[in-house]
Amino acid sequence: MPKITYKDIKGASKTIEVDNGLSVMEGAIQNEIPGIDADCGGSMACATCHVYVNEKWFHKLPKAESAEIDMIDMAFEPKKNSRLSCQIIVSDELDGLEITTPEKQT
Amino acid sequence: MKKTDVIIIGAGPVGLFAVHQLGIKGLKAVVIDNLDKAGGQCIELYPDKPIYDIPAVPECTGEQLTTRLLEQIKPFKTEFFLNERVDEVHQEKENWVVKTNNQKEFIAPNIIIAGGVGSFEPRKISLKEAEKLEGKSVFYAVRNKEQFKNKKISIFGGGDSALDWALELSKFSKITLIHRRNEFRGAQHTLSEIKKLEKEDKVSIKTPCQIESLDNQNELKSITIKFDDGKTEKISTDVILGFFGLIMKLGPIAEWGLNMDKKTIEVNPENFETNKKGIFAAGDICSYPGKLKLILSGFHEVALASVECFKRARPNEKYRFEFTTSSKTIQDRLGKK
Repeated sequence: MPKITYKDIKGASKTIEVDNGLSVMEGAIQNEIPGIDADCGGSMACATCHVYVNEKWFHKLPKAESAEIDMIDMAFEPKKNSRLSCQIIVSDELDGLEITTPEKQT
Repeated sequence: MKKTDVIIIGAGPVGLFAVHQLGIKGLKAVVIDNLDKAGGQCIELYPDKPIYDIPAVPECTGEQLTTRLLEQIKPFKTEFFLNERVDEVHQEKENWVVKTNNQKEFIAPNIIIAGGVGSFEPRKISLKEAEKLEGKSVFYAVRNKEQFKNKKISIFGGGDSALDWALELSKFSKITLIHRRNEFRGAQHTLSEIKKLEKEDKVSIKTPCQIESLDNQNELKSITIKFDDGKTEKISTDVILGFFGLIMKLGPIAEWGLNMDKKTIEVNPENFETNKKGIFAAGDICSYPGKLKLILSGFHEVALASVECFKRARPNEKYRFEFTTSSKTIQDRLGKK
């Protein structure tokens, strides 16, 4: 099972095995990772699962679609490596992925 | 101020079924929602996606579910107040007074909050100047198209709202359609209509670019847009219409003095009452041990809440539990003979 590392802005980190096919957001919710709220349940209607993807991994992810980019604009402090974690689907290729949760979700 | 038995906040499936459960008990309700139509997330997020877990309905879309619920509550002739966001809630003796962002007021002994995750709000232009001009020359919805006659209008967005209004308003105004990408995700036949108008010089299309600044001297004169390659262009503009989609926000609910658990409202699972007597919460927005965010859970929750609403709205009457199959009274209320 792919391992995903969830970090927070202060450096606390937790590595969790997440099933293939789940989103990084679902992995966080099922394992009660703080900092990912996912209010809308993964339908790209809020920006409360916003995360920063480790630079090394950011370019390996499939590109965000326009609706996701629009939502990221509404997130708290978006950066170049911002993504919505509900749109990152876990697969063997993402084994070792590291994401950081923002200081807060809007 | 409008008086009723129950004020329902949220016109999603749970709010609509609340009308039914109250209606068969003989209670009157009004429904208030921030969207321009009933259906909530079902209509806004997944109108075409099938739902498979409504009892006895093997499969239906969000839109079908909404249509059927509206059909089911038709006999109660309920008044809907759409495009209204409830901003304030305060107590007046035994009653609750609710005030919307458009200054509409309602009074009732009961409120049912069926607000999902809060309200859908339009995404806005993140420039201070745009904030100042909102409602004067910057708009995120068209309520009355007459006010946009014979103007120079800059429309932002790439979805159906942007395309539809560009087409409609081009009949009597000069339109510039601006989008941050070259591709528009709205209906392609609308886009081809607009492209035809572009050739006739009635509409001008600018992509890929974003708003850079507003030139505002007491009133909006022009805007500056910035293309992806760094070039900028000034566009003479009286009115900006932004259609950047909607975002879900909890909104003012957090300020009503209710006990909250993160972004949900804590309720007593016997009657779904909050810590305030006469204010109930049901559907995705309520929380209690074991809560599941399912439409069917919301239906159960409003059924129970409606009993408590009856007791508060009719303190001198005794509540009688009745079945729709056998109660003459309920059948009358449903208009059945």
